[in-house]
Amino acid sequence: MSIRSLTGRGAITRRRFVIGTGLWGAALAVPQRSAGAYAPVYTPASGRPDPLPGTRFDLTVGSVPVNITGARMHAVGVNGSTPAPILRWRQGDTVELNVTNRLDEPSSIHWHGIRVPADMDGVPGLSFGGIAPGDTFTYRFPLHQSGTYWYHSHTGFQEQTGLYGALIIDPRDGYAQHFDRDYVMVLSDWTDVDPEDIVSNLKFQSDYYNFRQRTVDTFFRDAHRQGLGATIRDRLQWGAMNMAPTDILDVSGIIYTYLINGQSPAANWTGLFRPGERIRLRFINASAMTLFDVRIPGLTMTVVQADGNDVEPIPVDEFRIGTAETYDVIVEPTADGPYTVFAQAEDRTGYARGTLATRPGLAGPVPPMDPRPLRTMTDMGMGNMDMKGGMAGMEMGSSPGKPGEAPASGGMDMDHMDMKEANRPGAAAMDMPGMAAASRHKTELKPGVAVQSVAMMPINRLAEPGDGLENNGRRVLTYADLRATIPGADPRPPSREITLHLTGNMERFIWGFDGKKFSEAEPIRLTLGERVRFVLINDTMMEHPIHLHGLWSELENGQGECRPYKHTITVKPGERLSYLVTADEPGLWAYHCHLLYHMEVGMFRTVVVS
Amino acid sequence: MIRGLIGGAVLAAGLATAVPGTGRAQSVPARQSEGTQEAQTASAPAPVVYINGIQPVMDHNIYMHALLDQFEARFGADGGQFRYDGQAWFGTDYDKLWLKSEGTVGTNGKFGDGDHEALYDRAISRYFDVQTGVRLDIDNGPTRAWGAIGVEGLALYFFNVEATAYFSDRGAAGRLQGSYDILLTNRLILQPQVEMNFYSASDRARGVGTGLSDIDTGLRLRYEWHRKFAPYIGVSYSGTFGQAADMARSRNERVHDLNFTFGIRTWF
Repeated sequence: MSIRSLTGRGAITRRRFVIGTGLWGAALAVPQRSAGAYAPVYTPASGRPDPLPGTRFDLTVGSVPVNITGARMHAVGVNGSTPAPILRWRQGDTVELNVTNRLDEPSSIHWHGIRVPADMDGVPGLSFGGIAPGDTFTYRFPLHQSGTYWYHSHTGFQEQTGLYGALIIDPRDGYAQHFDRDYVMVLSDWTDVDPEDIVSNLKFQSDYYNFRQRTVDTFFRDAHRQGLGATIRDRLQWGAMNMAPTDILDVSGIIYTYLINGQSPAANWTGLFRPGERIRLRFINASAMTLFDVRIPGLTMTVVQADGNDVEPIPVDEFRIGTAETYDVIVEPTADGPYTVFAQAEDRTGYARGTLATRPGLAGPVPPMDPRPLRTMTDMGMGNMDMKGGMAGMEMGSSPGKPGEAPASGGMDMDHMDMKEANRPGAAAMDMPGMAAASRHKTELKPGVAVQSVAMMPINRLAEPGDGLENNGRRVLTYADLRATIPGADPRPPSREITLHLTGNMERFIWGFDGKKFSEAEPIRLTLGERVRFVLINDTMMEHPIHLHGLWSELENGQGECRPYKHTITVKPGERLSYLVTADEPGLWAYHCHLLYHMEVGMFRTVVVS
Repeated sequence: MIRGLIGGAVLAAGLATAVPGTGRAQSVPARQSEGTQEAQTASAPAPVVYINGIQPVMDHNIYMHALLDQFEARFGADGGQFRYDGQAWFGTDYDKLWLKSEGTVGTNGKFGDGDHEALYDRAISRYFDVQTGVRLDIDNGPTRAWGAIGVEGLALYFFNVEATAYFSDRGAAGRLQGSYDILLTNRLILQPQVEMNFYSASDRARGVGTGLSDIDTGLRLRYEWHRKFAPYIGVSYSGTFGQAADMARSRNERVHDLNFTFGIRTWF
């Protein structure tokens, strides 16, 4: 850890804004070719996918010089660029990817959300032995699905240091939604700090990167606003738990520069369009540790796909995208703009920014960031006792919903003081028969070294937009809105339930499931062909985007048989949700929180399907 | 220790089946290994075999940190002093080697209050660790050795506390330490701190007396220019009580000493 990289913390934002075209240079410079190799027509920095799908690709993992913050650094990239090349495939094809490792350490590539045989999944130790320096590994698998996905390293912290890229699978039968042009919008978080140092710092002082804590000043301001007694009560309540409501993201804009297609806010990634066109924007959250709230002031975004699977179109002004999730939206600008694509980090310590414009060099106004969110007692797993959080969730749930559809949690919020009622998963319980019973089951989980708190009353929060997005006057997407365009493929009810608590101790920076780290826990075993319900209870005060490799996670969000198929499901603090899984692919699969530093310190399980 | 055993077992299993790990599509090493161990019953499934013994995540790494909490010059009516107080540790989330050291170079130029501890630290609850080991009083006075057992952690309302009991053939001793960070801003932090030492028997050669022997307390205002490098100013008070105060008087030392202090808090 170099002191230099942090000394400018106060001024770093300004410095970042001055610099910023480094990635363009890096990306343009080096399309590495070999015989029959993949030669990109467009650079990843342009966001433009190649017009034609391919079936055979040579990908070389190596060190890439970058300059994003003003300091010359080395990223890990593919074919000389970070983000890695945009891959375009076609449903029904079999693709072959020859991945050569030119690093001096092992590497790997995982095809996030792609249903592949287990030995093609790219997780060292589970799928294969990794790719040793100098070696080439050939991935080959048929494509059964279509949609927007991404790929990234599953080795160490290479994903943080640049090894991620977009991949698109065109549907065999054409797109359900017409569009005139498309861009991938790869959101990521870059830092000059060594990821090993980040983990080590967090282990020593978990609020190391949080410079938005409450102070004496905010105490007096709150006392002025809401009364001295209430403020003292509030401080005592949080103090009694040794927790801070300002704990939003573990790693913040203090060291992160947030990127769109590898470009800093100053570099201002720009996508060109003609007024009247329908533009498909394929948002991919390829960050290591950041949830983004995305909007394009002046344009309505119609969400048409989530995690690669089509959903009934939902017009929104804003959506939150958890780490590793993808959303495809269609925008139809009728004027020239320019329009700012604004993706603020959940903790409001920074944002990624790009522009949709009719010609290069234009920039629209950049909106101010929203106020930073504060965690509530609902986030602490105390249900809807906290009126503010509960009411906010309810109101938002009804505003962006589809006409004629009740929000999934509509039945839940009416009786705030009845613990049993609040615990009931609401309207969604109708297609979740086992859940109501399970929710009354007392957990044996106790606070301990690895468990800072256990949610007393986890609730259904699917119809809430998330902390910091309540009542902001915009239509914000919620999970309850997502409705698949086709019914699920497996109509069987689940034969059993697997309940997992998402647990952690922020103070010690220990994360896991059920109070155990990966190395302390048994794998989760599924029988080949069985249908199970995963119930997740988030005992922590942070969101966790949970990713199951190899198998779909069908979110039970009250949409009946049109459950959205997802590969990554963000579980809100204090939330209880469930999804169905058909274990139709044998092998060892990774199952983890996609916040990279949570995963690496133990929030990971092996799922065995056999 | 348990994790070590598991790791060993996984590694051994991994080595045993390293060869079939390169199988073609659809062949899954874990299933192969289960196939070869059909004696395994459903109630005791075959352990997962990680290919080449590779763990997909490294969640039991060893971390090392050192904190120099006080590294300061003190100026009072009697002249100047230098004091340091630091800790270092090395280990996993649960088990650590924990070192502590503090001492004062007094107005007379002598190194006193030299306390050095080597402890095994075990995380036992959300916020507390138990520490056991040895304490050596090494400075310009006579050397003493103690066995130590205590707790260190974060009490409710974010109070940092340490409470340690010491035992030797001279009797028992106890130390209480506490501090609290008041965030004036996110970088300007006011920290009240106190350390108290108790002894069951006096030790004239080291100037400690029965009961509450001495207090060292301070109020420091630091600026976290960098999280790991924070200069501070403050006031500190050190005093001796009871028998210890009598001993100090007899040596013409100050019983109550109020100092202006400046220094650096740093860690790595």
